[in-house]
Amino acid sequence: MEKKIVLEAKSINKSFYDPVKIDVLKDLSFTINRGEFIAVTGKSGCGKSTLLYILSTMDSDYTGELWIDNELMAGKTEAERARVRNEKIGFVFQFHYLLNEFSVLKNVMLPGLKANKLTEQELEHHAYELLKKLGIEHLTNKMAYQVSGGEKQRIAIARAMINDPLILMCDEPTGNLDSKNTDIVFDIFNELVHTFNKTLLVVTHNQNFADNTQRNIVMEDGRIIS
Amino acid sequence: MKIKHIFEIAKAMLLARSKQTLVAAIGVAFSVAFFVSLLGFMEGLNTLLDGLVLNRTPHIRLYNDIRPSDNQPIALDTTYKNYHHYIHSIKPANARKEIYNVETIFKRLEKDSRVYGVAPKLSAQVFYNLGNIELNGVVNGIEVAQEAKLFQFEDHVIGGNAFDLENRSNSIILGQGVADKMLAKKGDLIQVTTINGEQFTLKVVGFFQSGLVELDKVQSYVSLATCQKLLGETSTYMSDIQIKLYDIDKAPELAKEYATLFNIDAEDIQTANAQFETGSSARTIISFAVGIVLLIVAGFGIYNILNMMIYEKMDTIAILKAIGFSGADVKIIFIAISLSIGLSGALLGALLGLLFSVMIDNIPFNSAAVPTVDTYPVDYGIQYYAIAVIFAIATTYFAGWFPSRKASAVDPVEIIRGK
Repeated sequence: MEKKIVLEAKSINKSFYDPVKIDVLKDLSFTINRGEFIAVTGKSGCGKSTLLYILSTMDSDYTGELWIDNELMAGKTEAERARVRNEKIGFVFQFHYLLNEFSVLKNVMLPGLKANKLTEQELEHHAYELLKKLGIEHLTNKMAYQVSGGEKQRIAIARAMINDPLILMCDEPTGNLDSKNTDIVFDIFNELVHTFNKTLLVVTHNQNFADNTQRNIVMEDGRIIS
Repeated sequence: MKIKHIFEIAKAMLLARSKQTLVAAIGVAFSVAFFVSLLGFMEGLNTLLDGLVLNRTPHIRLYNDIRPSDNQPIALDTTYKNYHHYIHSIKPANARKEIYNVETIFKRLEKDSRVYGVAPKLSAQVFYNLGNIELNGVVNGIEVAQEAKLFQFEDHVIGGNAFDLENRSNSIILGQGVADKMLAKKGDLIQVTTINGEQFTLKVVGFFQSGLVELDKVQSYVSLATCQKLLGETSTYMSDIQIKLYDIDKAPELAKEYATLFNIDAEDIQTANAQFETGSSARTIISFAVGIVLLIVAGFGIYNILNMMIYEKMDTIAILKAIGFSGADVKIIFIAISLSIGLSGALLGALLGLLFSVMIDNIPFNSAAVPTVDTYPVDYGIQYYAIAVIFAIATTYFAGWFPSRKASAVDPVEIIRGK
């Protein structure tokens, strides 16, 4: 199978200036191909979360080039970057960040409503199918604050998947879960990669988790060391 | 992103803070309600009070003014052009208040499509005889039908029928103040003396209450023919022609036209009653100002509540942005929240305002000055509701605009990293 490049970073540099200049990321370059399952590990403060925010286009204050699906991100407006996030990137956070004002189903549907590509019925069906795949279809009509932590993370994964993104980015997705739920989430990720040929980029502290992925990017002091 | 979904998100955020939302909406509702009822009440009073005078004032009055000749006789002689004039200030002699060619003027006016109606009038100075005492007075000779059509004459006649003036000869409708002084009852005969010294006996057929007490102490009404008799003049003698127009704003222009056309003095209502316009507009401006201040205060309330909501919903905003909502989308959501508060508050306020107006409209208001009303007057003009609603929506839009800008500028990285 031909390797298709999903994301490419070319000499990314990022510095914080407050109160003194600190270089957080130093000349990072790498590519991510379609279907890869990558873990980014490293000690706290090594810049892995910062890198993730840059890759997810939420942070645009850096130098270097970021290509997502052969599109250069630099020079895009805030609204254009928001559309890239919406259509091409799925996001899963450490803290589940569901919107408590909405039901589980609506939470999953939200990015789809923003994309506005399917009708509401189709979207609803699609969201339900995703929840079913993740084994939590019984939660569909519950409010977001009524479900447990492990379930929330699975709902967040369903939400990240709703627009069928090119790449799924996860920031410590298991950091807040017990080992049982961590295993469930890991199994889901594995299935996404192998069965659905998704691309996953996971920032994690969990060495055990990282060891089981296909590729492990280890960072130290703003550089990739392996 | 469909508008429907924007509103869905806005609604969910509103319901999450339902108490605050309610307080904000009630704030708007009350200011709209007070705005509407205050202005309606003020305008109702304005109309009533101005109507006391303006309804009974002709739009244009044609008359012959008594004044010295514009050209002093000596100035007409060119011989003495360069000399000092010792003979000056020649006073008018034998000035006639009579209008010439009355019939021609009437025919011409009745054909004019801008004219709503024409009523002749004749005034006579008289003394009302009250035993030994003589009271100063003015008797107006009128054509009852025209006076009724133009000036709602019969609304002000109490205790009698206005048309009796013409049906019975030598009858009089006495001013209420005069009647009180003379202890006159309906059917009584009273004596008046004209300035020529002639005495007349007139039969009281009713009383007149204009709403202006001073006027009622002096003024009475008789038919045109009776008045001509009092003055000892012929049946074409009249001193005033009163004109009402379809469009009151054309009065100054038409007054000038008639003045040259008939070679007569013409006075328009705007010149004669400038002070009423000023008073009304000043009152209206004050009530508008109060109403608009109320709405702006309500706007600040919404501004505060939205600002608080943004701090509370920082996480929600960050997450919306992370899953692909742009700053513009977030801005629209917050403006939608603000507008929903504004719109629902404004509509509720309009209903409440109508209720307040109805309440004011039912408060008893008995004034000797205005015999035709017995409750406070209220103007239910749709324009006040429209202004209040539009202004409320505009205020809430701006109240939402500033916080929404702040919300759209929320940096999701900062929020998510901060955890």
